[in-house]
Amino acid sequence: MSANRLALLNWPRPRAGRSLKSHAPVGNWLGSAALVVALLSLVPLCFVLWVAYQTGWATASALIFRPRVGELLLNTAWLLALTVPICIALALALAWLTERSDLPGARIWSWLAVAPLAVPAFVHSYAWMTVTPGLHGLFGGVMVATIAYFPFLYLPLSAALRRLDPAMEDAAASMGLNPWAVFFRVVMPQLRLALCGGSLLIGLHLLAEYGLFVMMRFDTFTTAIVDQFQSSYNGPAANMLSGVLMLCCFVLLALESRARGKARYARVGTGAARLQQRVALGRATWFVMLLPALTTALALGVPLLTLGRWLIAGGAEVWRWDEVGSAVWQTLALGAAGAVLTAVAAIPVSWLSVRAPGRRARWLESSAYLVGALPGVVIALAMVTVTVRVALPLYQTVVTVLLAYMLMFLPRAIISLRTGIAQAPVELEQAARSLGRSPAQALWHVTMRLAAPSAAAGIALVGLGITTELTATLMLAPNGTRTLATAFWSYTSEIDYASAAPYALTMVLLSLPMTWLLYIQSKKTAGR
Amino acid sequence: MKFSFSSLSHALALGLTLITAPLASHAQTAAVTPSAEGIVVYNAQHVSLTKEWVAGFTAQTGIKVTLRNGSDTELGNQIVQEGAASPADVFLTENSPSMALVDGANLFAPLDAATLASVPANFRPANGRWIGIAARSTVFVYNKSKLLKSQLPKSILDLAQPQWKGRWAASPAGADFQAIVSAMLELKGEAATLAWLKAMKENAVAYKGNGVVLKAVNAGQIDGGVIYHYYRAGDQAKTGENSNNTETHYFRNQDPGAFMSISGGGVLASSKHKAEAQAFVAWIAGKAGQDILKTGDSYEYAVGVGAASHRSLVPIAELQIPAVEPGKLNSRKVSELMLQAGLL
Repeated sequence: MSANRLALLNWPRPRAGRSLKSHAPVGNWLGSAALVVALLSLVPLCFVLWVAYQTGWATASALIFRPRVGELLLNTAWLLALTVPICIALALALAWLTERSDLPGARIWSWLAVAPLAVPAFVHSYAWMTVTPGLHGLFGGVMVATIAYFPFLYLPLSAALRRLDPAMEDAAASMGLNPWAVFFRVVMPQLRLALCGGSLLIGLHLLAEYGLFVMMRFDTFTTAIVDQFQSSYNGPAANMLSGVLMLCCFVLLALESRARGKARYARVGTGAARLQQRVALGRATWFVMLLPALTTALALGVPLLTLGRWLIAGGAEVWRWDEVGSAVWQTLALGAAGAVLTAVAAIPVSWLSVRAPGRRARWLESSAYLVGALPGVVIALAMVTVTVRVALPLYQTVVTVLLAYMLMFLPRAIISLRTGIAQAPVELEQAARSLGRSPAQALWHVTMRLAAPSAAAGIALVGLGITTELTATLMLAPNGTRTLATAFWSYTSEIDYASAAPYALTMVLLSLPMTWLLYIQSKKTAGR
Repeated sequence: MKFSFSSLSHALALGLTLITAPLASHAQTAAVTPSAEGIVVYNAQHVSLTKEWVAGFTAQTGIKVTLRNGSDTELGNQIVQEGAASPADVFLTENSPSMALVDGANLFAPLDAATLASVPANFRPANGRWIGIAARSTVFVYNKSKLLKSQLPKSILDLAQPQWKGRWAASPAGADFQAIVSAMLELKGEAATLAWLKAMKENAVAYKGNGVVLKAVNAGQIDGGVIYHYYRAGDQAKTGENSNNTETHYFRNQDPGAFMSISGGGVLASSKHKAEAQAFVAWIAGKAGQDILKTGDSYEYAVGVGAASHRSLVPIAELQIPAVEPGKLNSRKVSELMLQAGLL
């Protein structure tokens, strides 16, 4: 009883030790579970290091320090250096227009700016290949990647813009700054978190993307690793490339964490921020509207028209229902199982990070983030070699694929679940226990029930990832597996674009509700 | 005396197999009782062709077939890594180097004599551990408005010359192309092959997939490309959308570029359903399987004894292909050389 009261007093920021004690039985149990998940997450990481060690310095360095790797590094660097700033500019402009100006139909435009996420990146490039067969290389890669990924920046930027307290801008203006100066000196710094987070997400996607860049004939580390894998299954060359790719991811993570800084961005003092005044666009309205219109045409119009074109060209014949149906079913089954597994695996870590924050929880959480940042190809390659060498019964089974999905998408589940658990008052959990429920029962019946909506959001986010996942599925799936993504891929590889179209359309349709959910979530975080 | 004796015994053996082959294959397919789980086929052949084979085979024998699709070298290396634990019963490829790779690791079971007899000796390795199931000819496909007949390369080796810089394409990461390189390695030796690959790194534009090369040549993005014959044949038979501006050039003259790559099939020694697996390979190499090549839409060459290929194809006899022992093609060495040249 006294322990409970102590925890109550400490809420909302309990000290690690004490609060753990108050939850001792659950805490220990969840702590071990979280540890298991974290150790599992570190398998791919340790694996790459181990292969490097096994390969020996001479061979490893010969495989790493060669011109081809230099080429890939240069390609990757250019890709990031061009795509991320373009995405920032585009997303920022759209976010400002839809949130801070009196652009007609702002709500519709803002939904249309998120919707391209429902179209998998490799479907975007398939559409562009059809419209402009000559598009390729760095230019093509940057262009299609921008169209596919800018919503990752638009979402947090528009949410942040909506949340800003206009008082600061008023203060700056009252001191004589012109509107542009106000924007760059007052607004922009407050968008820093959103900018950093969104850019990191896009950067990691660029490193991990496979299908898009293969179609655009632009070699990155990920495409080169898959090439290597297909030439020698899991030779040291592929593993060394994935080591370099892993390093690239860590560099991005470190850059982001430095850029993010430690400044506080919360509003100080009591009361609520007043509503923002929208800037009148006046005569510029129609001209300015070209931007969202053009973006929508490129990011949604092109894929939808192309899909329509191929569907009509293929006629009813391309709907081989036995095949499409079985691919839908397999995708749904893998997606559902993977998403539930990932959400369950995320419970211990998220619970600890809310209820017993501290070094241990932070460490457990960051190991999941670290691995979630790795491209699927690195994780898949590690899983192939580990299972074939030491865990043969798991080799080529659904278990391995689901584990890979879990490692790849754990961060998505943790982030959603953590918010949900934080919103469930610890007092209720304690009340349940004082009424005779066991700690585990109290956690399950009270906290998890309250966190259920955010768990559902997490499951949907993970499901969205799995529905369109390509590389890991290609490399790990059990014999006979044919998901929407792999079926689409095998038809496009035989340049049978008409037969591929039904799979692309189905993927888009499956992704739409989850994209809608993302959009709703972003409105919610902004308090509307 | 000795000569006549050996030829006599050959003739006898041939006669015997010719008599028993139809009986044996008939007995075999009839005798195998389908198991509940069926067989697992690691398939690197084109999925659509293998699906036709599987449909015909399952319809006739009731044996279930599960496919794992991948590329030649990927699946070949995968089987080697899996070793005796491999879930695969049968391995089918587009090209022979990967068959040689698996054979080199001693993972194939000997094929039934009757099955071997259904394909001529030049389309299978001498040791009888796998068999040719189809074949494809290397070609240089070119854009008619970009190249005149007189400007075409006489030999595939010519593409290493500086005047070809930026003007030809291939799909170097694919097993298809690597098979051509392995033939070059066998015919011209390591030094010449490496030099050619290094020149290729300079001269060629890399695409992913032969179909994509064809599309690019057709669109005039590049003058020509090294691919296999049936990509164009298949597209011509459909809409021609990806090939109407192109023409095929055969190198002939026993040039490495006239290499005909053999698609292989073999039964894994570790298979737990050997009888069913043998029956599957026998069916593909036999009349029913080879007839699918004649009539289907794969446009690969049939290799069975007396089997006819699709009539739209240039007959094998006119292609002047170089003699390469299919069992000797070395995919590991090719990967190494391509790595050295910076193509992988």
